[in-house]
Amino acid sequence: MSHKVIVPIGPYHPLQEEPEFFQLYVEGEKVVDIDIIIGYNHRGIEKLAESKHYDQIAFLVERICGICSSSHPYCYVLAVEDLFGGEANIVPERALYIRTIIDELQRIHSHLLWLGLVGHFIGYNTIWMWAWKYREPVLDMFEMVTGNRNNYAMFKIGGVRRDILEEDIPLLKKTLDELAPSIKMFYGAINDDPVIKARLKEAGTLTKEQAIDWCVVGPTARASGVNIDIRRDEPYGAFLMNTIDWNVVLEKNGDVFAKTMVRILEMEDSISIINQALNKMPKGEIDANVKDVPPGEGIGRVEAPRGECIHYIKSDGTNRPVRHKIRAPSFMNVASDKVAAVGGTISDATLTLAAVDPCYCCTERVAVINKTDNKKIMNGWDLVRLSQEKTNKIKEGWPNGRPE
Amino acid sequence: MNMRDKIKDGLGNKIKVWDERSARRIYFTVEPNDVYKSVEFIFKGLGLRFSTASGVDLPEGFEMIYHFSFDKAGEVYSLRTLIKDKARPEIDSIAPIFRGAEWVEREIWEMLGINFKGHPNLKRLLLAEDWPEGEFPLRRKNES
Amino acid sequence: MSLKTKALTKSIWVFHVSAGSCNNCDIEILDMFTPRFDIERFGIQLIGSVRHADALLITGAMNKKSVPRMKKIYEQAPKPCVVVAVGQCALSRHMFRDSYNVCEPLDKILPVDLYIPGCPPRPEAMIDGIVKLVTKIRKGK
Repeated sequence: MSHKVIVPIGPYHPLQEEPEFFQLYVEGEKVVDIDIIIGYNHRGIEKLAESKHYDQIAFLVERICGICSSSHPYCYVLAVEDLFGGEANIVPERALYIRTIIDELQRIHSHLLWLGLVGHFIGYNTIWMWAWKYREPVLDMFEMVTGNRNNYAMFKIGGVRRDILEEDIPLLKKTLDELAPSIKMFYGAINDDPVIKARLKEAGTLTKEQAIDWCVVGPTARASGVNIDIRRDEPYGAFLMNTIDWNVVLEKNGDVFAKTMVRILEMEDSISIINQALNKMPKGEIDANVKDVPPGEGIGRVEAPRGECIHYIKSDGTNRPVRHKIRAPSFMNVASDKVAAVGGTISDATLTLAAVDPCYCCTERVAVINKTDNKKIMNGWDLVRLSQEKTNKIKEGWPNGRPE
Repeated sequence: MNMRDKIKDGLGNKIKVWDERSARRIYFTVEPNDVYKSVEFIFKGLGLRFSTASGVDLPEGFEMIYHFSFDKAGEVYSLRTLIKDKARPEIDSIAPIFRGAEWVEREIWEMLGINFKGHPNLKRLLLAEDWPEGEFPLRRKNES
Repeated sequence: MSLKTKALTKSIWVFHVSAGSCNNCDIEILDMFTPRFDIERFGIQLIGSVRHADALLITGAMNKKSVPRMKKIYEQAPKPCVVVAVGQCALSRHMFRDSYNVCEPLDKILPVDLYIPGCPPRPEAMIDGIVKLVTKIRKGK
């Protein structure tokens, strides 16, 4: 006779840096329902934005999320620049390239971060350590260009705050050249290792129909065959100039393996995009010196590492917005866990939940912790261990390291 | 037929105002009662992707805007409506059409207090359990 | 110095608590355990259960939903337990202090032993802070 057991994950799991709560209802080994509770990071930023002036808001939204720390300010300034008719109308060309370079560097560091977490969840701590080790040169590049490893304060309405110095470019290119083989190594590790492949395949599948129904975005959508990418659909930054050669990465199976492949290939592509941008960046101004914001409504969209980020600004011509609406990509993606995690096993649960790359702070996930009694409780730590054990079982089933 | 014409054709006289702000930003207004059918047509009929929805407390009422993305052309079609009854604001939920709307509407409900009729799970999303009832953070208090 | 204090300063087991953070500080804390900084060689370990914690690393702007949980975790931590406020938000709630959803600053809620400023603080700054704290404890606080 089956019984429902509640298996909470979080909210203070050490490797899920943000407190967020997933409540899994299981029958035996199978997940039959999931409750997602968020709000632990809700700091009322939309309301705060109404009392700050336009220059200050760029700094405020930067701290919505630490990992995609350049997506939100970029999206915000695009929304305000929409009031002027769009980025292309006022932002100088050099600034467009700098914006894209920062944005793509952020994509690399974010995907590496995620890759490390996935490595840990499946019990390959080497992947975790190596992914985060190779993240450090990316943070060094940020520090060289912007002055900080995180929170770059680069975006302002009408341009960027700091220039990329000519003498820095050779070192940037050298670091990127050294990074490229590491990404190839991860591609090889995930693709060629039959144990990892078996572990990730068919876990947490989100079908194309489900992806559309839940309106998911980013790699979560592209892994399920939904062909959307704001960089191609509504180009911004250097992509406006039609000088960058790049690809939208699409997979069709929608499982964790597909999501991993999308992210790894995107990293490879980002390195190429940054190199092209560094080569093609013209000399010139980096700031349009915008003084006043006209009345109207503006919408800005960028392709953050997790997907489409959208900001909406309603302005009345004063120096503060009437309304600032922020919708981070994870807000749509995490909700889809309702169908992605259900039907899977508890050993796959951590992987599935992590696969959408939840940026909890972005979405303000609030998790409500249940107070039920007489339920078998497993914590997040145990769940990760379950996931790692499943990998070991697969390894044991293949004594020669590959399927018989 | 391009997307603009498809929308105008499909929604007909439901559209009260049509405003092309720029090449990729189109705003149009419908009455609150027509929102459900309009969204159903845009999402199911035309296959546009729902990006998000936002609400704002204006003196004349609560304005709801639903943003839809036509990815092939990189255009955003924003459907606007004004809920005039500020004492008891409500509108039909679009969550029955697609599940991606569930969290978006829950957030607007808890921030602005707009009731989404027919929403499968209209309960708190972000605010704490002990947040006072009837207090909606994004509503404008009387600011002198 | 008592055996307990000596043990605490020789090998600190840290437990991380986020009370409404943007995650930047949390990532930099995790970064300390990765190869470039490798804080584990000093005996400092990140653990999964608060019941073994010697130090609580608290980040975040004191979100209303997180604070009760944070207090509960502090109560569960075995004493002596040092409380480290990591990042500007934990120090003063930073730019969120006027928000409708944040409480009072951390040091009005829990006794804080170490403040590490920064947004986010660099791993080097955090390591420096921990060294200062260990020195302070060994001198007998």
